[in-house]
Amino acid sequence: MNTDLDLAARDDVIESALHWQTEGKKVALATVIQTWGSAPRPVGSQLAIDEAGNMVGSVSGGCVEGAVIQEALELMNSGGHKTLEFGVSNDDAWEVGLACGGKIRIFVEAVG
Amino acid sequence: MDNSLLQELQIARKSKRQVVLATNLTSGKSELLYPFETHEVSELLDEARTALRFDKPHEAKIDDDVFFLNIFNPPLRLFIVGAVHIAQKLAPMAAATGYEVIVIDPRRSFGSEMRFPNVALDDRWPDDALGELAPDRRSAIVTLTHDAKLDDPALEAALKSDVFYIGALGSTRTNAKRHQRLTAKGFSETDIARINGPVGLDIGAQSPAEIAVSIMAELTACLRGKAIE
Repeated sequence: MNTDLDLAARDDVIESALHWQTEGKKVALATVIQTWGSAPRPVGSQLAIDEAGNMVGSVSGGCVEGAVIQEALELMNSGGHKTLEFGVSNDDAWEVGLACGGKIRIFVEAVG
Repeated sequence: MDNSLLQELQIARKSKRQVVLATNLTSGKSELLYPFETHEVSELLDEARTALRFDKPHEAKIDDDVFFLNIFNPPLRLFIVGAVHIAQKLAPMAAATGYEVIVIDPRRSFGSEMRFPNVALDDRWPDDALGELAPDRRSAIVTLTHDAKLDDPALEAALKSDVFYIGALGSTRTNAKRHQRLTAKGFSETDIARINGPVGLDIGAQSPAEIAVSIMAELTACLRGKAIE
């Protein structure tokens, strides 16, 4: 079927990031770079975020996206990148983690 | 990451090149690699080749730097032979699952734009079409015509390729007859055992859409290496 990559479902992460940029919006990308245990999304999964907090794609089953978006919004203003880690026994201030008991590392970067 | 790099990545994906986005996790700098388009030798390119080959993004430590290698392989392909009612349901489901779908049927009244809007249609005979489209290990073939004249050439082409899934619609009886015809053509038991027939998981599917679900489920299980009874 001639779906232009995943555009039919409007969930092509790269396409969305580029589209937001042409609209003059600030954009960040998050990528799952490592997983342990029963992680909801495999390594390489991506999430694009715009300055209004809109998101396309996923890095978990919805468990940590909120925290990733917050971090992404900060990086859009400061520039640069950051590696985040989420797990069940998460003791940083996020108070978010994976209900499934897995652990993930996520690389978040501003798109310039 | 630079906007220009992201644009280049998207162009590479659209032209179905095998591309790797290598990000240095310390500096945050990214670059695009096309490891199968160069003879250059480097540790990073080797790691990128492995990632593409096994469809597995991974981290790689090279000297003092840690890179994350994200892969962008072209989509898996599904060739549906027979533009029948089940194909009308199977094509969008497979597309939603991430497949590039090509429906092959020389019978114009079946393979019409009206019945298959936005679907890539090929009106050549299955053996001609598949000969040129060259299905590979990242492809699956499903025959749905019920007609040996159309299904058999497709299955023969499928068996000569290394596609990861072959499915053939038809009752157990139809299947047994097909088995005889393929044996007569010189295919071995091991060859013929690659054909999943009757096609799909046995979930009691009745409607074309339900049968499409059962086919998608079996195909996915094959792709992910999950054995099915």
